[in-house]
Amino acid sequence: MSSPGHFRFVATERRVREDRRFVAGKGRFVADIALPNTKHVALVTCPHANARIVGIDKSRALKMPGVHYILDGHELAAATLPLMTGLDTPNVPRRPLAVDIARYSGEWVAAVVADTRALAEDAAEEVEIEYEALPFVLDAEKAIEPGAVLVHEAHGSNVLLDKTFVWGDVDKDFAVSPRKLSLRVKWGRSSTVPIETFGVVASWDPWRDMLDIYASIQMPRYSDQIGIALKLPVTSVRVHHDVDVGGSYGVKRGIKHTVLAGYLSRRLGFPVRLIEDRLENMRGGDAHGPERLFDVEVAYDNAGIVRSMKMRALENVGAYAGRSPFQLGKPIGAIVGPYKINSVQYRAIAVVTNKTTQDAVRGFGQAPTNLALERVMDEVANVLGLDPIEIRRRNMIKHDEFPYLIPSGTTYDSGNYETVIEKVLAAGSYAELKAERDALRGAGKLAGIGVSACLEPSGGNATFEALLNPAITTSTFMDSCRISVDGMGSITATMHTTSSGQGHETLVGTVIGEVLQVDPDIIRITRPDSLNSLPSGTPVGSRMAIMLGGAAFHAANKLKAKLIAIAAHDLGIPPERAVYEQGNVHDRDAPTFKRSWADLVQIAFRNYHRMPDGMEPGLSVAHVYQVPTGGTLPTADGRVHMYPCFSFEFHLILMSIDPVLGRPEIVRYRLGHDCGTQINPKIVRGMTIGGIAHGIGAALYEEFAYNDEGQLIAQTFMDYLLPSSHEVPAVDIFDHETPSPHTVLGQKGTGESGYLGAPAAIANAINDALRPLGISANTLPIKVSTLGDMIAAAKEKK
Amino acid sequence: MRIELDINGELRAVEVEPRTTLLDCLRDQMQLTGAHAGCEHGVCGACTVLFDGAAVRSCLMFAVQAQGSAVRTIEGVTPGPGEMSMIQDAFCETHGMQCGYCTPAMVLVAHALLADNPEPTREEIIDAISGNICRCTGYAQIVEAIALAAERMRGVNRPVNLK
Repeated sequence: MSSPGHFRFVATERRVREDRRFVAGKGRFVADIALPNTKHVALVTCPHANARIVGIDKSRALKMPGVHYILDGHELAAATLPLMTGLDTPNVPRRPLAVDIARYSGEWVAAVVADTRALAEDAAEEVEIEYEALPFVLDAEKAIEPGAVLVHEAHGSNVLLDKTFVWGDVDKDFAVSPRKLSLRVKWGRSSTVPIETFGVVASWDPWRDMLDIYASIQMPRYSDQIGIALKLPVTSVRVHHDVDVGGSYGVKRGIKHTVLAGYLSRRLGFPVRLIEDRLENMRGGDAHGPERLFDVEVAYDNAGIVRSMKMRALENVGAYAGRSPFQLGKPIGAIVGPYKINSVQYRAIAVVTNKTTQDAVRGFGQAPTNLALERVMDEVANVLGLDPIEIRRRNMIKHDEFPYLIPSGTTYDSGNYETVIEKVLAAGSYAELKAERDALRGAGKLAGIGVSACLEPSGGNATFEALLNPAITTSTFMDSCRISVDGMGSITATMHTTSSGQGHETLVGTVIGEVLQVDPDIIRITRPDSLNSLPSGTPVGSRMAIMLGGAAFHAANKLKAKLIAIAAHDLGIPPERAVYEQGNVHDRDAPTFKRSWADLVQIAFRNYHRMPDGMEPGLSVAHVYQVPTGGTLPTADGRVHMYPCFSFEFHLILMSIDPVLGRPEIVRYRLGHDCGTQINPKIVRGMTIGGIAHGIGAALYEEFAYNDEGQLIAQTFMDYLLPSSHEVPAVDIFDHETPSPHTVLGQKGTGESGYLGAPAAIANAINDALRPLGISANTLPIKVSTLGDMIAAAKEKK
Repeated sequence: MRIELDINGELRAVEVEPRTTLLDCLRDQMQLTGAHAGCEHGVCGACTVLFDGAAVRSCLMFAVQAQGSAVRTIEGVTPGPGEMSMIQDAFCETHGMQCGYCTPAMVLVAHALLADNPEPTREEIIDAISGNICRCTGYAQIVEAIALAAERMRGVNRPVNLK
C-alpha cells in the first residue's frame, strides 16, 4: 500500500467518465437493445397466495393475432434444471415458471410470446388457468410453528436454515454481568427497487451454437447459472457486459428471467425479450429484500460495557430461495459492529412463506443486523441514563487496537472511530443539536436525536457461504484486469462485468493512470463479453474499488515492470537504475539517457532484436486478483475470516415529529464517514448520500405490505413509497481517511455506505422523540400512519 | 392512426395505434430512447419529455394526444453529437447521477425550470425535481448540478471584467 496524500489522479475531484453518455440519453440499457425480429414476452401470474394449478387453457390466447407461443411450467421444467440455490435444499426447487403449485401471489405461471409487448399482454389476459386455492402462511413466526402450512411439502418443514453459533464463553459472560436487557426489533420487507426494472434479451443462433444475452444484470456466476439451467456448455452462453444497468444495489439477479427467455429463444428460433413491467417487477420479479425479526439480549455492566450478546434472527425469505438465506451469514463478519463485545451467540433461521422470493439487497443483510445492534446500544444507554454517544465510545474498538479480531473469526483491518466521531461533533456541537431538539419540543413537537455507528464490510470475501453450507468450499474471490498497449502506443484496459452506476470505468482508468502516470482520460476502458473475459466476482459485497481497483493496479504495475525491463535492456543499464516517469524511462545516474514511451512501443512491437531475451513481444498484461486476507475456510467451531476491509460510518441526526399527524421530518443529518482512500470523491459522496436516501426509505416509507389474503398490496409506486427530493434532507458529511493496510491504495468499500446506518439512526431518533410518551417503535418501516396512531394512543392513556 | 407532431424541431408523421403511449411511440417508433420507462404509472418521472415546453410524463399520454404539438426529448436538448448543453455539462461536473437511468428526465426538468426561472433557490430546485425519482444519488448532486448550471447560464454574456 502506498500512503495517501501524494496522488496525481486518485483522490482528486475528477469527473466520472460514464456521465457524458448518460446526460445525453445515450446510455445503452437493455430496453434499448433492438435485435432484428425480436419477439416479446408477457407473464401470466398467479392471483392466489398459494394454489394448485389444475389446468391451463391456452387455446383462445393462441388464436390471437401476433401470438407465437405460450410456455407453461411443465414444458420448461422438462427441458431445464432448477435454478442454483445457496443452501442444499433439493426439495425446494426454484424454477422460472410454477410447476403444479404456485406459491405466492404474482408468481409466474405461463409466458406469452407475441410480436409486441402489448399483444403479449392482451393474450396473457386470455390464458385461462384453473386454480385450486390452498391454505397459505405469510408470517415467519407462524411458519415455524408445528402444524404450519408447508410451502414445500416435500421439504417436510418451512425451515431452510437453522444454525446456532457460539463464539466465546457466552454463558460465563452473561453469568458475571450484573445487567441484562432484551429487545425485539423487526426489519420490514423492502428492497432496492431500481427505477429500471429487470430486463433481458436472449438470442439463440443454432448455426453457431450460441446464446447471446443482453441483460440488466448484477450477478456473480451469471453465465454459469444460465448454462447449467439450460443444459448448455458455458461456452455457448455469451453475456454482453457492455449493457448499462439502470440501478441494482444488489437485486438485479434476473436468473429466472434469463433462463425463461433463453429457453424461448432456443425453442422458437428468434430473439426473445422480457422486460418486466412495474407490476411484474414488484410482485414476481423475485427482488424483495430481507424481512427479519431479531430477538437480541445483551449482558452488560453498570458502566454500560456490553460484554456479551445473544442474537436470534428469523428471516422470511419468501416462497423460494436462491442466495437469499446467505444474507443471514454475511453479518457474522461484523456481528459485533464497531464494539468490543467479548462473546456472541447467534442463531440464524431462514424460513419459506407464501410471499415473493427474496434476493440480495445492498449490504447483503448487514443493514438489518446493524439496526438491531444499534437499537440495543441505545436502550442500554437509556437504562443507565447514559448519553448514546458516550455508551458507544465506551464500547468501541480504539484506533491503537487494530488489527482487531472479533469473536466470530474476522479481523478488522483498521479504523479510527473516535476521531470520526470527534470530527462530526466538532463541526456543530452536540450541545447545540440538543438545544435545537429541546427548542422543537418546547414548540410542541416531538423531537429526538438519533445516533448510529456501524461498519461496512467491504471486499467481498463470501466465506459465509461455506459457514452456512459445509458443502461449499469456495475460498477464491477474484477480479481481473487486462491492459494492452497497441502498436501506436495507446492504452486499452478491460473490466469483466456490467455496472449499475458505480463508475467502474472511471475507477479502472484512474487507478491505471495513477500507476502509469498518464492522464486517465486517454485510457480506453472496454467490457469484453463473458467469453472473452477474465474472472470477475461482479459488483457485489462493496468490493469493486478494492478488487477491480486492485486488479487494475497490479496489471498496471506488471506493464510498468515490462517497460522498465525493455528500457533497461535497450539502454544497457541494470534494471534497478532505470527510472519510470510518466511513460518514459531514464537512467537514474544520467537522466537525459532515456527511452520514451514511443521508443518502448517501437521496441515491443517492431524491434524484436532489441527486446530482452525470452520476453514476449507486444505490451499486454493481465492480473487476476484474489481478495486480500482471503483464502481460508471456516474452522470446526464455526469461525471464519471474511471481508478484508471495514469502512466506518457515524450518523448523528435530529428529527421532529408532528404530534398530531405523526409526520416525521429529518431536521439535521450529519455523517462521519471513513472509507480509507477515496479513489473518486464525487463517486463516494454520491454513493453515501444515495445510501442514506435508500435507508430513509427503508426506515420510514418502503414496505412490500401484504393483506390477510396474501395479496401484495404495495405493488405500485403509489403504494410503495420511494423517497423523493422532499424526503431526503441535506447531509453534512465529515470525511476521515484511515487507509486499509490490505489494499493497493488504502481504499475500502463505499457502495453500501449510508444505507447500513441510516435506518438505525432514524429508528433511534424516533425512539428518543417518543420516549417522553413512554412508547417505542421497533418495527421498520415506522410509517406516518403508525406513528400517528401510536402517539394518539399514548396520549389517550395519559 | 396517423399523427403529425414537431419532434425536436422536425415535423414528423407517424402511424400509431390509439392505445400507444407517447413514451412507446418515441422509443419504439422514433428511436428516441433517451426517455425511459420506470413505473409506467406516472410516479417516477423517468419518461419525462418537454411537451410544448412543459415537463410531462410521456407514459401517461397517448401518442395521439401529441398531434400537432411540439415534443422535445433529451436528444433535442443535446446541442450536437458529443456536445453537451450547459445543463448537461453541470450534471457531469457535480456527478449528478449514477446509473444514468433517471438522468435524461432530470436534465429535461432542469431545462424547463431554468427556462422559467434563471435564479432558482435550493427549495425551488428541490420542488422542480420532486416528481422525478432517483434511486442512486439521494438528489444532493442533482440539486448542485442545477444550481451550478443556473449560475453558469446567468454568467453567459455578462461582460468580463478584464481588470
